Amino acid sequence: MDAKLINPFINATMNVLETMAFVKCTAEKPYLKKDDVARGDVTGVIGITGEANGTIAVTFDQGAILKIVSNMFGETITELNNEVADAVGELTNMISGQARRELEEAGRVFEAAIPSVISGKNHMITHYTDGPKIAIPFSTEGGKFTIEVCLEK
Amino acid sequence: MDLSIKILIVDDFATMRRILKNILKQLGFSNVTEADDGTTALDLLKASSFDLVISDWNMPKMTGLDLLKQIRSMPETKNLPFLMVTAEAQKQNVIEAVQAGVSNYVVKPFTADQISEKLKKILG
Ligand SMILES: [Mg+2]
Repeated sequence: MDAKLINPFINATMNVLETMAFVKCTAEKPYLKKDDVARGDVTGVIGITGEANGTIAVTFDQGAILKIVSNMFGETITELNNEVADAVGELTNMISGQARRELEEAGRVFEAAIPSVISGKNHMITHYTDGPKIAIPFSTEGGKFTIEVCLEK
Repeated sequence: MDLSIKILIVDDFATMRRILKNILKQLGFSNVTEADDGTTALDLLKASSFDLVISDWNMPKMTGLDLLKQIRSMPETKNLPFLMVTAEAQKQNVIEAVQAGVSNYVVKPFTADQISEKLKKILG
């Protein structure tokens, strides 16, 4: 898959988490993901259409997302509740918006749907198309999260 | 800035309403009402008067852009300050919002300082 399509999502994720949650993250080595099982405990999924169709998923482990949401709200959040799910949806929205802005600057226009959120240990992430699934793991102070990008073509 | 003004926050995500409310509180504003989409906001605006609307763009039922157009079309609210806070910031979006009469525009993700700066511009 085209790295020029993936990089804006990586940049957007790092920028959104740093701006809204003051959380620094370090990208690790991307890999091709073969199954549908989420690596995290809560996942935001967004469908994009345009030059290519596909899905972007951001899946957080419990430690990572609790730290992120606690920082966003300025108070300690200790369990994966509806507030956390709502926050994951809005983070996914912001990541999608910013990545599409960067892509637009490179002349590639995409539109996005309102995100959905799935949670629970070992839940499945179903991508809307059956292209290759590129996973980019990140480490943060609180734990890990992974971005999955799956675009047809 | 007059800290007693009545502010309406419109966003379909509770997270964003909470973050904005926290920032407004830090800045000293305490008269804040929330709505989770454009239609709810419009009902509130028809029922009582507000001094500022801070609204998202992408929402179910009625978007922030349609809310802005409605506000500009009603005599009682046509000059109401309207700050759009949105993740939708492709060129076409900004143009549409300006044409519809937006007072200012903040792109998500944002810092508290950015919100404060835009409020100063809008409220003088
Ligand atoms: Mg929204």
